[in-house]
Amino acid sequence: MSLILILEQVLNGLQFGVMLFLMAAGLTLVFGVMGLINLAHGALYMVGAFAAAAVAGWTGSFVLALIASLAAAAAAGALVEVTVIRRLYDRDHLDQVLATFALILIFSEGTRWLFGSFPLFLDVPDYLSGPVTLPGGIQYPLYRLAIIVIGLMVGAGLFWLIARTRIGVQIRAGEADREMIAALGVDISKLYTLVFALGAALAGLAGALVGAIQSVQVGMGEPVLILAFVVIVIGGIGSIKGALVGALLVGLTDTLGGVFLPRLFALLMEPAAAASLGASLASMLIYILMAAVLLVRPSGLFGGSA
Amino acid sequence: MKILKSLAVATAVSTLALAAQAETKIGMITTLSGGGAGLGVDVRDGFMLAIEAAGRDDVEVVIEDDQRKPESAVQIADRMIQSEKVDIMTGIIWSNLAMAVVPAATAQDVFYLSPNAGPSALAGKRCHKNYFNVAWQNDNLHEAAGAYANDAGLKNSFILAPNYPAGKDALTGYKRMYGGELAGEIYTKLGQTDYAAEIAQIRASGADSVYFFLPGGMGISFLKQYADSGVDLPVVGPAFSFDQGILQAVGAAALGIKNTSQWNKDIDNAANVAFVADFQAKYGRLPSLYASQGFDTANLILSALDKADVKDQDAFRAALEAADFDSVRGDFKFGNNHHPVQNIYVREVIQEGDVFTNKIIATGLTDHADAYASECNM
Repeated sequence: MSLILILEQVLNGLQFGVMLFLMAAGLTLVFGVMGLINLAHGALYMVGAFAAAAVAGWTGSFVLALIASLAAAAAAGALVEVTVIRRLYDRDHLDQVLATFALILIFSEGTRWLFGSFPLFLDVPDYLSGPVTLPGGIQYPLYRLAIIVIGLMVGAGLFWLIARTRIGVQIRAGEADREMIAALGVDISKLYTLVFALGAALAGLAGALVGAIQSVQVGMGEPVLILAFVVIVIGGIGSIKGALVGALLVGLTDTLGGVFLPRLFALLMEPAAAASLGASLASMLIYILMAAVLLVRPSGLFGGSA
Repeated sequence: MKILKSLAVATAVSTLALAAQAETKIGMITTLSGGGAGLGVDVRDGFMLAIEAAGRDDVEVVIEDDQRKPESAVQIADRMIQSEKVDIMTGIIWSNLAMAVVPAATAQDVFYLSPNAGPSALAGKRCHKNYFNVAWQNDNLHEAAGAYANDAGLKNSFILAPNYPAGKDALTGYKRMYGGELAGEIYTKLGQTDYAAEIAQIRASGADSVYFFLPGGMGISFLKQYADSGVDLPVVGPAFSFDQGILQAVGAAALGIKNTSQWNKDIDNAANVAFVADFQAKYGRLPSLYASQGFDTANLILSALDKADVKDQDAFRAALEAADFDSVRGDFKFGNNHHPVQNIYVREVIQEGDVFTNKIIATGLTDHADAYASECNM
């Protein structure tokens, strides 16, 4: 196995991690600030991808498609918050899970009703398609590099927003003590809608970015949602930094595990059995990682003591 | 969920305008929601096209959505068999669901006709007199692809498939016919959508070609990422990643790729020409191989009902075995294990106007039976 292949796989792991971060950031914000378990986060990811595919189909512009994905997911998020989620903050987690699960079904069937059962077409724009040669002779798709860059930029923007702006202060304060900031005169319901729409917009952006290299279809959000939950549990619920570290850890573990475990087993057994056993074990790897992290730090890497 | 299901039943019931005392009841369990819904919708639409064209008021079809979940498929099957008393069942797309439903159904004296899934376990030792597969045994299309790879002079294939029963059947089938070396063999996760790691391994492997079995959305993801990666080795696959439902989503990335199928819209016989035209007129899209399989399944059932009453199981079974219907595939007959013996073609992805579709370029395997037939003692 050459160094180039290993480096390429590390890049792949990074890119996957960055994409997971976009999903997990919104999820962890919503859980941290509002104490809400939002299973419908994957549906917002799907909304972003479908909006992007539709707009790219009409206008042919990928930039417009990305903007549409942000706007559509944020609008869907705000709408859902005002009409449904707002009634759930005081309920227990089981009610939240039930209601947001219902939202998944409504979004899925609604999307099917609008766009049909067959996958939509969304492609990488010409100026980002094809591979580039990196130093050291690594051939790597330009689009995936762009995802890494966009993801890191969004991450930096988010840190700036949380750490340096007035809204960020309110979000952090809301996380620490909801009643108190309401008593201090902050319009808490507006803040909640804003946070929810922000999380939704990030999920929608992830859906659009990934939709260009995957299939845009109903139900695309649910597998990612499970991984995003793993990420925020590893990172510590409510922590953006935790979401970033957790996402990169999960991305790298999943990618590198899937590549190297079968090769490791191939040293010990015949190739077909090694491929099959290695693939099975590799798909468990992130859950083993999660269990190990929870064993050492029960509230996640950057979680509070709550 | 309950509401959705009863809605599905209600629509099925209302579209049929069935007679109160239908004599034959057919239960269809297929995937109509979630990621795999395109396949189930095609099977259902093809099936209902044939049933409605027959215009019989003594046949009732009950359609339910399994959501691609084995546990809900089993529940629906139990209800259909025990309270709705269906005579014939059909519809399941996925092999893992078929394995959960079919053995129990056939053991309770219900006929099961598979319009898609053909797991090897049900073709060999566990074959059953009441189980018929109208599509193919899972290995078949992959065997044809292996044979094609030999003809095309490919000598060092990199092969990959998802880690589930049909994925294993796929690579087994390919290797059964393919005579060259393997540059690599990977099982991916079922439902995986990112193939960057696999593509990097393909690039580093020194392969001269890639064979992959990734049905539905998995195939779309793989093809788009493969086209974008700069790896330009020839790709071969079974029809499942190049069916009419997903080609538009893949776009130009699929052009020129060779894939194997038992059916295509350009097979020249009267039944097929009429099927393609009627399907397009009714649903406003081109049929896929799944639609053709649903259509053939319905016509097989109708042909057997013309000869025998479904309550007379032995006579009805004999009528099914005769397969006396005009298949859109042309010649169609069953082997001793009730799986098709049929031609499998090599197709190429082409563009007609702004629609991506397939055309047949060669016959891969002629009158091909599956490898498990000899293990079946009925």
